[in-house]
Amino acid sequence: MRRPLAGRITALVAAGLLLPALAACGSDDDKSSPGEGGDSALVIYSGRNEKLVKPILDKLEKAVGTKVEVRYGDSAELAAQILEEGDRTKAGLFFSQDAGALGALAKEGMLAKLPQEQLDKVDKAYRSADGDWVGLSGRARVIAYNPDQVAEGDVPDSVHDVVKPEWKGKVGFAPTNASFQAFVTGMRVLEGDDATREWLKALKDNGAKTYAHNLATLDGVEAGEVSLGLVNHYYWYERVAEKGEDKVNSKLHFLPGKDPGALINVAGAGVLKDSGQSETAQKAVDFLLSEEAQTYFADKTMEYPLAAGVTSTVEGLPPFDSLESPDIDLGKLESLQETLAMLQDVGLV
Amino acid sequence: MQKALGARSFRIAAGPRPPLVLLVPACVAALFALLPLGYLAVRALERGPGYAWDVVADERTLHLLGRSLGLTAVVVAASLVLGVSLAWLTVRTALPGARAWSVLATLPLAVPSYVAAFAWLSAAPGLAGFAGAALALTLVSFPYVHLPVAAALRGIDPAQEEASRSLGHGPAATFLRVTLPQLRPAAAGGGLLVALYVLSDFGAVSLMRYDTFTRAIHTSYRASFDRTPAAALSVVLVVMTVALVAAEARTRGRAGHARTGTGTARPAVPMALGRWGPPALLWCGAVVAVAIVFPLGTLAYWLTAGSSATWDLGAIADTAWATLTVAAAGAALTTALALPVGVIAARHRGRGARLLEQAAYAGHALPGITVALSLVFFAVRYAYPLYQQLPLLVCAYAVLFLPVAVAATRAAVLQAPPVLEDVARSLGRRPWQVLREVTVPLAAPGVAAGAALTFVVCMKELPATLLLRPTGMDTLATRLWTETGAGSFAAAAPYAAALILLAAVPSYLLGRHRT
Repeated sequence: MRRPLAGRITALVAAGLLLPALAACGSDDDKSSPGEGGDSALVIYSGRNEKLVKPILDKLEKAVGTKVEVRYGDSAELAAQILEEGDRTKAGLFFSQDAGALGALAKEGMLAKLPQEQLDKVDKAYRSADGDWVGLSGRARVIAYNPDQVAEGDVPDSVHDVVKPEWKGKVGFAPTNASFQAFVTGMRVLEGDDATREWLKALKDNGAKTYAHNLATLDGVEAGEVSLGLVNHYYWYERVAEKGEDKVNSKLHFLPGKDPGALINVAGAGVLKDSGQSETAQKAVDFLLSEEAQTYFADKTMEYPLAAGVTSTVEGLPPFDSLESPDIDLGKLESLQETLAMLQDVGLV
Repeated sequence: MQKALGARSFRIAAGPRPPLVLLVPACVAALFALLPLGYLAVRALERGPGYAWDVVADERTLHLLGRSLGLTAVVVAASLVLGVSLAWLTVRTALPGARAWSVLATLPLAVPSYVAAFAWLSAAPGLAGFAGAALALTLVSFPYVHLPVAAALRGIDPAQEEASRSLGHGPAATFLRVTLPQLRPAAAGGGLLVALYVLSDFGAVSLMRYDTFTRAIHTSYRASFDRTPAAALSVVLVVMTVALVAAEARTRGRAGHARTGTGTARPAVPMALGRWGPPALLWCGAVVAVAIVFPLGTLAYWLTAGSSATWDLGAIADTAWATLTVAAAGAALTTALALPVGVIAARHRGRGARLLEQAAYAGHALPGITVALSLVFFAVRYAYPLYQQLPLLVCAYAVLFLPVAVAATRAAVLQAPPVLEDVARSLGRRPWQVLREVTVPLAAPGVAAGAALTFVVCMKELPATLLLRPTGMDTLATRLWTETGAGSFAAAAPYAAALILLAAVPSYLLGRHRT
């Protein structure tokens, strides 16, 4: 009984030991960077979820006319990976879920400057001031409410109101969610650290309910566990697209008056300088800013298209230019570290 | 038969220097495991030792260290209780369906910690915090104790327990004074793995919103995109790991645990449970219910509640096949590298042997993302053609999970009497012949258990797989990540279920093997 097993294990051992040996042989011929060897494939590192963007990236392949390989991952982790790869990065294009990760690469000088005509397609507020990256789609912070518990007219117009006593224990939010943290960072930029800390404390003291993520927050509002939820707009529109509006209990309120709670986060893209793929990568950016791609973001991911001339046709979605979002340099949202320290101090994460 | 009683009294000698046939591959394995540390040194000192020290000496660092250690202690204690009790009940008693329980007790290992945390959180949001993190982590990591302890129990010669009973000890006293001490190496080794798993875990603690050391490391990557503080904090984890490994080594004592009697040990006669039968069944049932049935039930709920469910069986099968292949290769390489380290750790007591074993463990508490980035760092610089190729991913698994296989190998070799190796040597066998003809065959069941364990943890590995996989390749774990990331829990469920079902295969084979 034991013999055959031992034999098999010996075989495994032999096979296993051969592997690193082979690997070592393979590593001897050192090749130069991928772009130089007639290898014309475009490699995209995508921090955006495959489920959301694969269809449009498939079309991108046809549009740029070369083979496109996509590596999906977490935006921050992919940024760390690119930083670690340095000038030997395989990535030609970095498609990020948020501006922060793009800013980190720009800061290390890893992104190529984009042509002015590309940049000009997008409002200054939603691209890098130095021309390193460009925003492609936007998502607005909103308040979701349960109309069985709150009349439309009573929904707060400012995040400052949700910490008032009448909302005690009735507000839900997701403190570990990146968009919520970006909103807190925006509030710090707009109103200062002290005011933000006070607000967070008040939110906590007011018995606001924490959820694991935005979807769970929306579920909480749907089920009436809380009356109000601080979420991103597209979760609600996705829910409506999935279930039909009559089956969705909650409603959305877009905050007026440049309230910090109406922040718009963007997903964007930057071209890697050292990959030898900048020409195709720039074509890819062109495509992502084209009407076809922008319409995709509007219709399929329910976000706001950022390129001029494209408007969302999603039913019930307020037009982008009607949103009264705060004026914030999204580049400044890189100071997330302090936001997290603050959330930890207050005891929310 | 009388000689068997003497088993506990013989001591392992300091032993001669390990033969080269063991020493060379063991050193290769250790160097492999030390790669992440080299990377950490480069990154942590990037801005000078002063900066790194400031990060480490921060008051928050100490605070987080305390929280991490507290969580670790609770999870280890709970895992020991669950793991040892289930192992004893399934191996040594006449528990109805013992083999099935034994297989079921291994399965929780295939449940990713974030799936467990998610399931508990959606059922009871109030669990968020320490309690939830401890619960989720215990339920996914107790098989680390259960498997080696069960293997050790199978290897114990029942003659010793019989002698103890004949000398007037009751079953409880026999268990405490004869059986338990022999289980100590296996239980302590398993407990150490649980401890390091808890220290390195990010999935469960982040969902449960319990701030630990690993979360601080992740925050450094995610919030400030800064690898220097992350590396400095990681170094603290390494120091902590080495301390834990040293502490575990101290609990080992100097007793030998091999059988020295003549002939072959009989299989133990299963103990009749009598009136303890129903409570024992209830206990096993309860553990399996919370550790396996509950997460599977949650998956079933996701399937029925969401509309994103797609039963693309072809895609699931392809992904499952890719996962099996890469996990099998990972387990094979890891086991091969662990074998020499495990044999040396069991048979030799010099400082060199201790260092080798510690080196194998050193990086095991590091979060997957840190290990993955270190391999990116080295591969891009020194093995560029391999970068983002399958062999590198397999190597990453070996770096990540070497201690899992080392612990299993060491515990298995400890149970094989060294005197048989001495006899083989005295008969003129060369060291590699001794290894092949005596040590490995005797330790084979334990080594195979270690390989199965490694296989399962490779299957569910996520952070390193995401960064190092060939572009376009998916494993069940990465698919699960993609689907849950898009909020499509119903579409995620089949992948999570496939992961758990595939893990059942090695568990089942292990259960069969012991007959």
